[in-house]
Amino acid sequence: MKKFIDKLIEGLLKLSGTVTGITVLLIIVFLFKEGSGLFQSSTVEKGYTLLVNSENPIDKLSPEELKHIFDGKIENWKQVGGRDEAIRIFRFDEIFSIYTDDELGEDYDLIPEKLGEVIHTNPGIIAYIPQKYAAKNSRGIKELIQEKIGLSDYFLGEEWLPTATPAPLFGILPLLFGTLLVSFIAILIAIPLGVGVAIYLAEIANERIRKLLKPAIELLAGIPSVVYGFFGLVVLAPIVQKTGNLDLGETAFTGSLILAIMALPTIISIAEDALRTTPKAMRDASLALGANKWQTIYKVVIPFASSGIAAAVVLGVGRAIGETMAVLMVTGNAAVIPHSMFESVRTIPATIAAELGEAPSGGTHYQALFLLGAVLFIITLTISIVAEIISSRKMIKE
Amino acid sequence: MKKLILALSIISIAFGCNTANKKETVTIKGSDTVLPLTQKEMEAYQKKHSEAAISVTGGGSGVGIAALLSGTTDIAQSSRKIKFDEKLKLEESGKEVHEVLIAYDALSIVVHPDNQVSRLTREQLEDIFTGKITNWKEVGGEDLKIIPYARETSSGTYEFFKESVLKDKNYMNGILSMPATGGIIQSISQTKGAIGYVGFAYVNNKVKDIHVSYDNGKTYIEPTVENVKNESYPIVRPLFYYYTNLHETGKSFIDFILSSEGQKVVSKVGYITLNK
Repeated sequence: MKKFIDKLIEGLLKLSGTVTGITVLLIIVFLFKEGSGLFQSSTVEKGYTLLVNSENPIDKLSPEELKHIFDGKIENWKQVGGRDEAIRIFRFDEIFSIYTDDELGEDYDLIPEKLGEVIHTNPGIIAYIPQKYAAKNSRGIKELIQEKIGLSDYFLGEEWLPTATPAPLFGILPLLFGTLLVSFIAILIAIPLGVGVAIYLAEIANERIRKLLKPAIELLAGIPSVVYGFFGLVVLAPIVQKTGNLDLGETAFTGSLILAIMALPTIISIAEDALRTTPKAMRDASLALGANKWQTIYKVVIPFASSGIAAAVVLGVGRAIGETMAVLMVTGNAAVIPHSMFESVRTIPATIAAELGEAPSGGTHYQALFLLGAVLFIITLTISIVAEIISSRKMIKE
Repeated sequence: MKKLILALSIISIAFGCNTANKKETVTIKGSDTVLPLTQKEMEAYQKKHSEAAISVTGGGSGVGIAALLSGTTDIAQSSRKIKFDEKLKLEESGKEVHEVLIAYDALSIVVHPDNQVSRLTREQLEDIFTGKITNWKEVGGEDLKIIPYARETSSGTYEFFKESVLKDKNYMNGILSMPATGGIIQSISQTKGAIGYVGFAYVNNKVKDIHVSYDNGKTYIEPTVENVKNESYPIVRPLFYYYTNLHETGKSFIDFILSSEGQKVVSKVGYITLNK
């Protein structure tokens, strides 16, 4: 009977291991599968097409050019390599102000025909209309070639405008730099503080202080991130704004401060545990050789605990990069490539959290967000691999 | 063993309740703007029909319509008109979409209370949010950088503002965006050069609302209940329910919202009733 129970427990443990492994794999496959569809989508919003007069020599336009044209920043075809002719923008809704409902026929059957007329009579026109109503093969109309979203549009693009019409821009560089900047500064703040507190707790503080302080610090990890975010927005942002004499308080630096506070409990707790595992014999040996307390900490305890400290730092970094809610609330979320840490930035997790809810399911925006998730996954994976290499290398040296 | 039996019985009771309730539950999902309205309407409705089970969740207009497509909600609440390709997708899967206009919501343009500027034209607003005007002194204020705040790129409010005020032009590159209306109010109240837009019902004394002109500065209209009702305030958007097929409870709930009693709830929540 006892053997049977042992076997059963062993089996259950194995099963739970396998299930966890498969789940992780499935999530990754799902992430990449949903995201990869992006590069099969065309640059113009799904279901829509762009039409020009057939006498127009332009065959295709890049998403940036389209954005500038529809924003009114490019006003002449000359600027995109065409003839010297003013650009006339035509959106689908305008058809209803040109023709009455009666003229457009029952169930709007005559829309394609009327659209054709409009395009044919305006040589400088560019019309952005649903594919369904595009008059194909009719005289005087040319459809612009729709290109697929390229790898470089996504990975090297400098503008993130996912709901721009007619062509959304999915350049992830601002988001990527935003994420890296916020996390990097957060880590710069959190590592010295965290490791310092860990050393204090493990080596210097007396038992009573330690017993009081450690649970208090670990309690910090239990505070929901929204609460941190709200604290950051209401308390930290105005302080940063006033002390730096800045235009606004929602900056990358504010986000880093909050992230540093949030990463501290993880770093302190794990690093302190690592420091305390140094065998008493080693400490005693060091002291017996005439080293004082500080020399012992510096030369014996920290090197011994270095892999544990590295693990603490990596977990802290992981927390910082993946943190969503707090950052979403305090960094201002402006999607521009940051030039200093006192500018507003938009991070990858914040973008996903803020936009996925409203993105039409299965559309290009949705896919772009999933791909962002995949990018984030690759970043954290790289960090853990690097950390693994660093800590194992140190072990070999010893 | 006793605990096990207890746990099992609790589970079975829970499941039992579930199946019993499932029969007539109406699920409503979607826009966070419409959410508080739907909740209050539901409370009022259930006072009269205590047997009706309605469950309401937010998540965003896009989420609601996506759920309609996958059949996981009965009604999608939306603060924007259904998009063309969403409609197309629903039609492709053989579902006919019905649209019900339930109320209107006005958007107020708000600034920091210390800001001297108290009126702007639509053209000025367009230039501010597209990045052409960058200093308050260009619109009659003090020498201070303008910091425009927008809602998140895919919220219904963002899209509506873009359509109505920016005339479909894109927002300036790198505009600050906040995930929620509360965040915008908070940020504007502590940033001197800030400007943003929020739902009419959210304006409080921490921010100042701007009088808006849609006729090139001839008349400036303040966003007040009267001005919205007599249609002189221009930045007003419709709020919708979308459904494909609906059973009796759902239909009677929608009828209730459209009734004079339901419309009373609309104005109590701070939105604008249909018969303006």
